Amino acid sequence: MSGTMNLKLKVWRQPNSEAKGSFVNYDAANVSPDMSFLEMLDVVNEDLVKKGEDPIHFDHDCREGICGMCSLHINGRPHGPKQAITTCQLHMRSFQDGQTVTIEPWRAKAFPVIKDLAVDRSAFDRIQQTGGFVSVNTGGVPDANAIAIPKPVADEAFNSATCIGCGACVAACKNASAMLFVSAKVSQMALLPQGQPERYRRVQAMVTQMDEEGFGSCTNTGACEAECPKEIKITNIARMNRDFFTAKFFKQEEV
Amino acid sequence: MSKFKNTFSSSLGKKLIMALTGLFLCTFLVIHLIGNLQLFKADEGKAFNDYAYFMTHFTPIKVVSYLLYTSIIVHAVYALMLTIGNRKARGTNYGAYAGSANSPWTSRNMGILGTILLIFIVVHMQNFWAEYHWGAMPGVEYRTNILTQETTQTDLPAGSVTEYTKFVENGVEITRAKDLYKVTASAFKNWCLVALYVFAMGALSFHLVHGFRSAFQTLGWDHNRYVGLIKCIGVWGFGVLIPLGFAAMPLYFFFLK
Ligand code: SF4
Ligand code: FES
Repeated sequence: MSGTMNLKLKVWRQPNSEAKGSFVNYDAANVSPDMSFLEMLDVVNEDLVKKGEDPIHFDHDCREGICGMCSLHINGRPHGPKQAITTCQLHMRSFQDGQTVTIEPWRAKAFPVIKDLAVDRSAFDRIQQTGGFVSVNTGGVPDANAIAIPKPVADEAFNSATCIGCGACVAACKNASAMLFVSAKVSQMALLPQGQPERYRRVQAMVTQMDEEGFGSCTNTGACEAECPKEIKITNIARMNRDFFTAKFFKQEEV
Repeated sequence: MSKFKNTFSSSLGKKLIMALTGLFLCTFLVIHLIGNLQLFKADEGKAFNDYAYFMTHFTPIKVVSYLLYTSIIVHAVYALMLTIGNRKARGTNYGAYAGSANSPWTSRNMGILGTILLIFIVVHMQNFWAEYHWGAMPGVEYRTNILTQETTQTDLPAGSVTEYTKFVENGVEITRAKDLYKVTASAFKNWCLVALYVFAMGALSFHLVHGFRSAFQTLGWDHNRYVGLIKCIGVWGFGVLIPLGFAAMPLYFFFLK
């Protein structure tokens, strides 16, 4: 076939969370440049299944960049070499024929490997459960637009809300810090009127849970911002810090 | 109180401590540089020796200097704690890690740069601070004619001056002091020391290029209106001007004195 390429894959294989993993080499032959990275892995897996071997486990779901399920640390970078896309949106034309591609799971103590390339990101869910919500009373449906929200504020809140919880920020950070994720979740509600009643309680609870999960501490390298598929900005981290310190030093009435 | 304690044991609290001590050390650098510029004065070190005495004997400054030593220690200890925590947070290291694709080198190597600086601070304090306090310092006498303002300088033997004295006799102001200027001048005749100092100032530059701006990010001060100014001061002021100013001192004595 013309126009296809052959790649050498170096894939992290680890049977379960306790086992010691290692890299295993595979050949990906006749890869179409128009395939997505995950489709390429599907083809490799089909071969493995045919040979009676255990297919490579990796996470995926929507395959259109909106669910945050796919991961993969590709050649040293989360979601591969391109900016502002997820692995499912990464195409094989971003690689060269004959290239060696190293594929690893997200590496963080708080994201234990389930199997091969799939990691357990439920630490994010637990952080969300401590404060990533607004409490709304049941009753009549409130009027839409009853509370005016200036457009720039709404825009900024919406930008923060685009975080899909993929964990690339943790994977990219040399400290395995989750601050970009947590700050996006804190910000999206701290910016809106509906988020105000729980604003200072929320930030303290979420930061505490983040620390308990064993994520590292931010050193402001900016790697998260550069690798985030949704281009979440580190100004969210500054905002989270402001709210956290405000809560701790000036809001005695808050929990 | 316990609430305060867990504020500072949280990840954000530790970062706050790093930022505040770091910024305090930055302000110290500015003062230290301005004061030391007197080394360049062509007055046989009179202004510098007066200044050295003032800095070590004026009570408010002494208080601030203890705060300074504490800040250095706290900054280093917290950095160590954070680094160990951050290593643990990664767990298994990556087989391939392309850090340079997404973050500046300085931001990923603050620990190494900081370690160089810590070693430098120890050597530096040993060279001058400890020497000034407890060493057998050479003495110096300045006689300034009050009318003509002409000054003559005489060396006094090492260990002969233990107290700074200044008095007027027959229209001549006589100052006797420990001659830190001379100690500095002779220390910087040693090329090893000069090389170490210049190298350390290189490390300082890289440390502050990231550190200064980073401190404000941690404090949450990143408004568009002034973040440009912070970056500019961080790079040009603390990354270039200050390390250059300090590095000029050993080089000046080595090559020009
Ligand atoms: S902040 Fe970005 S990188 Fe981090 S979880 Fe959200 S979308 Fe993924
Ligand atoms: S599979 Fe849903 S974002 Fe990639």
